[in-house]
Amino acid sequence: MENQTTILNLTEEEFVHPGNRACSGCGLSLVYRMGLKALGKNTILVVPPSCLTVLQGLYPVASTKLPCVNVTFASTGAAASGVRAAMRVLNKKDVNVVAWAGDGGTGDIGIQALSGACERREDIIYICYDNEAYMNTGVQRSGTTPEGVLTTTTPIKGKLQEKKDVPSIIAAHRIGYVATASAAYPLDFYDKVKKATTISGPKYIHVHTPCPPGWSFESRFTIKIGKLAVQTGLFDLYEIENGEFKLTGASKNLVGKPRMPVEEYFKTQGRFKTLDKTIIDKVQAQIDAKWAGY
Amino acid sequence: MHIIESGNVAAATGVKLARAQVIAAYPITPQTPLTEKLSEFVESGELKAEYIPVESEHSAMAVCIAASSAGTRAFTATSANGLLYMAEQLHWAVGARLPIVMCVANRGIGAPWTVWNDQQDSMSQRDVGWIQIYANDHQQIIDSVIKAFRLAQTVSIPVMVCYDGYILSHTYMPFDQPDQTKVDAFLPPFTSKHFLDPENPGNFNTVTLPDVRPDLEGTLAPGYMEIRHNLHEDLRASIETFVEIDRDFEREFGRGGCPLIEKYQCDDADYIAVCIGSLSYHLRDVIDTMRQRDVKVGVMGVQMYRPFPDKAVAEALVGKKCAIVFEKALSYGNQGTLYADIKSALYTHETKPYVHNYILGLGGREIKTQQLLDALTESCTSPEMIEDTPRWIGLKL
Repeated sequence: MENQTTILNLTEEEFVHPGNRACSGCGLSLVYRMGLKALGKNTILVVPPSCLTVLQGLYPVASTKLPCVNVTFASTGAAASGVRAAMRVLNKKDVNVVAWAGDGGTGDIGIQALSGACERREDIIYICYDNEAYMNTGVQRSGTTPEGVLTTTTPIKGKLQEKKDVPSIIAAHRIGYVATASAAYPLDFYDKVKKATTISGPKYIHVHTPCPPGWSFESRFTIKIGKLAVQTGLFDLYEIENGEFKLTGASKNLVGKPRMPVEEYFKTQGRFKTLDKTIIDKVQAQIDAKWAGY
Repeated sequence: MHIIESGNVAAATGVKLARAQVIAAYPITPQTPLTEKLSEFVESGELKAEYIPVESEHSAMAVCIAASSAGTRAFTATSANGLLYMAEQLHWAVGARLPIVMCVANRGIGAPWTVWNDQQDSMSQRDVGWIQIYANDHQQIIDSVIKAFRLAQTVSIPVMVCYDGYILSHTYMPFDQPDQTKVDAFLPPFTSKHFLDPENPGNFNTVTLPDVRPDLEGTLAPGYMEIRHNLHEDLRASIETFVEIDRDFEREFGRGGCPLIEKYQCDDADYIAVCIGSLSYHLRDVIDTMRQRDVKVGVMGVQMYRPFPDKAVAEALVGKKCAIVFEKALSYGNQGTLYADIKSALYTHETKPYVHNYILGLGGREIKTQQLLDALTESCTSPEMIEDTPRWIGLKL
């Protein structure tokens, strides 16, 4: 990543009104604000049911200063394709068409429409904010919930299966740009969104967004926990540009340096409280093996 | 210009003449040749439109919803399970008041699998709020598609144009292909008052509360219930709008005049066969035979099924001895859907005819002229014989 944006040169223009309906400490509200700054005014948003639906406000009041169409849960990728088709018909070439969905809306119910849009090489930006469960409906497990996590549908033993690797699935479509980001590194996310606006075809950005009520931590720790996920090597910041993988930002800086044990990350959140040593050791081994390849 | 083509090509040609701007479709029998033709029109440049070959019917309607929300004229087509796969999207399209037009080549629904014709697919979607128009032949298919686009954008409600799978979709018939300049005069370009526009941003289809709620200026905005009530009222009013549009069409093209119901030999009839779709033309042969035997019988095809033209239906049936409803669909566990609607339209009238109900042709079961003749003869001979369950034609138990 070149030309990194800093707090000094970040645009002061805001596209999200204050007083929206996000929870205190919401990772999504951070990246939403940053992402819209990067996208700018000439943008149309496509949003399925998710916490973002709530954040955007209740009719007739809206918290976003950009045009947005709310669509059904499974249809985000296709709906964004439809907006882009209309833009081509109307000869509006410089509009960013941006789908913005949660992890369940992306990796579970929305994956078919997203896969179709990627395969058709639709000129859209798809941003998945990953809070690792169905938070809007009250913390139910999703395909992207990590192993061992307590949710309201894995209330006693924790989730028995591993987290689905959605960015890799999307990267397998060999689209021009896939990136991961974290709410704890908002300027890195900003730059990735900005870069996505300059690339044609489908672009996918998967952003890790800590969720205080869903992950069971105090709202003041959102950034700290987001950073821990990166610094333990659990969640990596990277870009895959035209098939070329490279770590970025804080993850890039970790290469060749000692990482914090992942247990430190697990200890910060109530959702991991029933995690046993077997899982912790397994996850640590997976992280070590992954980083041995970087 | 008269051409001989299939019903699916008649539909595709109507879409081309209507200058649809965004088309999305997923192949399903028997709709497939329609979408093949449309992709050919778009690829050859005959139709200047975007064709999105989506990965499912759910996505087909998603593309139409989004493209229509962005202010373009959108079209899709499907059949049977494809229609049901987009069921959620049908509700969304009408709730968002989008003037999408969709063709449905009617087919039975699995399980068990059937690819053949009946009308259970679109009938099962009668309550979603879409306007439903049924065509009886190829001329009506192409004309209905063009009228549907004008109706949809006039009332901001999506329209389904339905025609029998195979019987119409795959058979070849001569029909007049309307002149493009005349179609352009009849169907003005789609301009939307509210569309996705960065210059004038709006948040579409947001969460709406049970009660009304003030906006930032303090003006009360409608709640969910008001929005739904308005849809219902607008649907009811669209009956008259469709009559006016049909009148305009007739003036321009010299065809039309029966947008709601199509009557054949009904004026002096004592008995009226009632049905939807191509069967009403099949029944005309039977009526002709019975007329030769001095049975005063006619046939009424219901063209606009939703909103239900109850006044026109009642006007046609009040004073008759018996209405005999033939249906290729039913509300399982109850009775034929059209039968129930016909009875409901007659309820407030003092001189009601007897109403009979026959179920036939499910899953493409052949409908023989002799069977129709026998059923009609039986009903005309004993109109007072009402049974509490529909009679089935051609059933081999």
